[in-house]
Amino acid sequence: MKRTGAQILWECLVREGVTTVFGYPGGAILPAYDAMLDYPIRHVLVRHEQGATHMADGYARASGRVGVAIATSGPGATNMVTGIATAMMDSVPIVCITGQVGSKLIGSDGFQETDITGVTLPVTKHNYLVTRAQDIGPAVREAFHIASSGRPGPVLIDITKDAQQSSCEFDWEQAAPKPHARPERIVNPDSMATALQLINSAQRPVILAGHGVIVSNASATVREFAERAQIPIAMTLLGIGGIPASHPLNLGMMGMHGEAWVNTAIQEADLLLAFGMRFDDRVTGNLKTYAPNARKVHIDIDPAEIGKNVPVDVGLVGDLGTMLESLLPRVAPGGRDAWLQHINGMKGESAVRDIKNLPDDGHLYAAHVINDLWQATDGRAIVVTDVGQHQMWEAQYYHHDEPRTLITSGGLGTMGFALPAAIGAKMARPEAEVWVVAGDGGFQMTMPELATIAQEKLDINIAIINNGYLGMVRQWQEFFYERRYAATPLLSPDFVKLAEAFGLAGAAITRRSEVIPAIESARQHAGTVVLEFRVEQEDTVYPMVPAGADLHAMIRRPSPLVETAEDA
Amino acid sequence: MKPHTFVVTVEDLPGVLNRISSLFRRRNYNIDSLTVGHTERPGVSRMTFVVLTDTPGADRFAANLYKLVNVISVADITNTPAVYRDLAMIKVAAPQERRPEIVHLVEVFRARIVDLSPESLTIEITGGEDKIDGLLDVLRPYGVLEMARTGRLAMTRAARANASAPAPGPVADTHDPQVSYSV
Repeated sequence: MKRTGAQILWECLVREGVTTVFGYPGGAILPAYDAMLDYPIRHVLVRHEQGATHMADGYARASGRVGVAIATSGPGATNMVTGIATAMMDSVPIVCITGQVGSKLIGSDGFQETDITGVTLPVTKHNYLVTRAQDIGPAVREAFHIASSGRPGPVLIDITKDAQQSSCEFDWEQAAPKPHARPERIVNPDSMATALQLINSAQRPVILAGHGVIVSNASATVREFAERAQIPIAMTLLGIGGIPASHPLNLGMMGMHGEAWVNTAIQEADLLLAFGMRFDDRVTGNLKTYAPNARKVHIDIDPAEIGKNVPVDVGLVGDLGTMLESLLPRVAPGGRDAWLQHINGMKGESAVRDIKNLPDDGHLYAAHVINDLWQATDGRAIVVTDVGQHQMWEAQYYHHDEPRTLITSGGLGTMGFALPAAIGAKMARPEAEVWVVAGDGGFQMTMPELATIAQEKLDINIAIINNGYLGMVRQWQEFFYERRYAATPLLSPDFVKLAEAFGLAGAAITRRSEVIPAIESARQHAGTVVLEFRVEQEDTVYPMVPAGADLHAMIRRPSPLVETAEDA
Repeated sequence: MKPHTFVVTVEDLPGVLNRISSLFRRRNYNIDSLTVGHTERPGVSRMTFVVLTDTPGADRFAANLYKLVNVISVADITNTPAVYRDLAMIKVAAPQERRPEIVHLVEVFRARIVDLSPESLTIEITGGEDKIDGLLDVLRPYGVLEMARTGRLAMTRAARANASAPAPGPVADTHDPQVSYSV
């Protein structure tokens, strides 16, 4: 039976298990939108195509399934670029579908024509320009395979208007992806033996748990590995949730805003076990002085990551869970009490500086808000953050025990990510409690998606940490630019009135005593509530390793118990 | 850091060269030479790259190429016996009185004269880069007016496997014995 290209597109999406897409219609994608009405698809109308890609991203991160975004040609497609790059950096499986001008018009600078496959080439795992109806099925099926296999990532399919409109025979089986020739890789037994020898003889090992732990569904295996060998675990930002925060071996987040005992443990280690992470510069600081005494074993699914930033003694390429399972039986049990006690000692010394110990002095601190949110939600919410100070406070003070409960833009650091990504997360897991934690800066970048929330009648709660500044940039100006606050003071709308304008509820909180009641009432409220926390303006995220500095050379929290810029 | 020679086969599709050159640009690879052409197999193009890098860098170069869906095979033949050839056409200033000297040089280098005009000769030479550079050195005093070079082509010697064929079976590859691969 003949079908149009547009019908084939939806047929394939439905068969790939897609139930929800995030998109925005336009001329070149209209045939696809028209055909969509005949398929069991929930379409979420976004307010900007960047939002569609972040929603697909949040959907994928929350569920592990492929997220789908759809847009028209030209500006619709170029608006997607930031979201695609975000997914690329954080290895998130999304498929983006764009309309393209008719194949005869390509190259003529037609209305709303952009070479989007050219534009997105460096920020996609792969992309397609499809000009014939019969090529749509194979492209969609292969795109889903590529997006979700190996190291996941975004794939874009650009489909010309005439390919959507013309008809051809369609056979699902024949559209199956043809395997691309690749040499079969095998694990070198010598490498396994060397890795085991390093693991079993290490006195001061640390596991560096990255996003790969979550992507590989290897949480339980990593725990078993760590418990058996009694090895402490440090997490990257995207590794958070992969190992329960409450686990006694879990030290917390490493890197630029990692706690002092975590970074010090890494610097003192004699073995680093890098599991599904990529030694980002925000994690290592100065490479020349990074973990100087440590041998390194790196397990990652992407061979191009081995030795990229940090030379390693052993690189094992493959699925983390599978690799650990084959190592596990030969890992010698425990016996690292001295090392663990040493780290615990450092932890105790740091604890007195913890902002949680600060009494209520009439100021409202963002860290308190986050900590209260953690308590009020039993640590079980999916928290979707934006990028900046609030993101780091979230990572420090919201203690995640489950994978896929912190959704944040790590590699690209995309401000504006939180609100749309939270919509995607809520669509993927409607039963979950979803919170947005965003700053006043990033929130304003994608704020119109509040209308999407209202239109879709979603129940997402939003905590805006409003300090009146682009806070993280201000912090850098404070430390490194003599407090010359160029372009960081930020005027915001009245967020409560704004919420009301979108038909949502809103409240502003200025005192610590109001924080938990406000969170509780937002949780009780059916529908989205925007909570604006007007926090201390010149507050600083500690500890901080200045960019490019030695990992152990961090700026510590001032002690005792002061953290405003005036006091620092 | 030394020159590494790669033989890479790719699907002969529009835009594939662009994908590869985009990879080199964004990963900041230092490409000495690049040639592209057909192979014995329809639908498959063969590229030869010379890249200045160290051994771990060469491994990552191959790994990054394999991330491109349209790449079929990547072989680093730097340490494999192989024949290297480059082709150059050199137009050199050749007034009547100096022609015999130039013709003599062409004979010494086993090159060929493929065109001549009252003021110039065009010489074709194939060989390793050194040989071509050698001819260029001796021609330069006469005045090289124009030159076109293909860059390195490479083929492993007879007994070796076809460098452009997909790897036959499991390989525990790369130069670094400590880096192993599985999929």
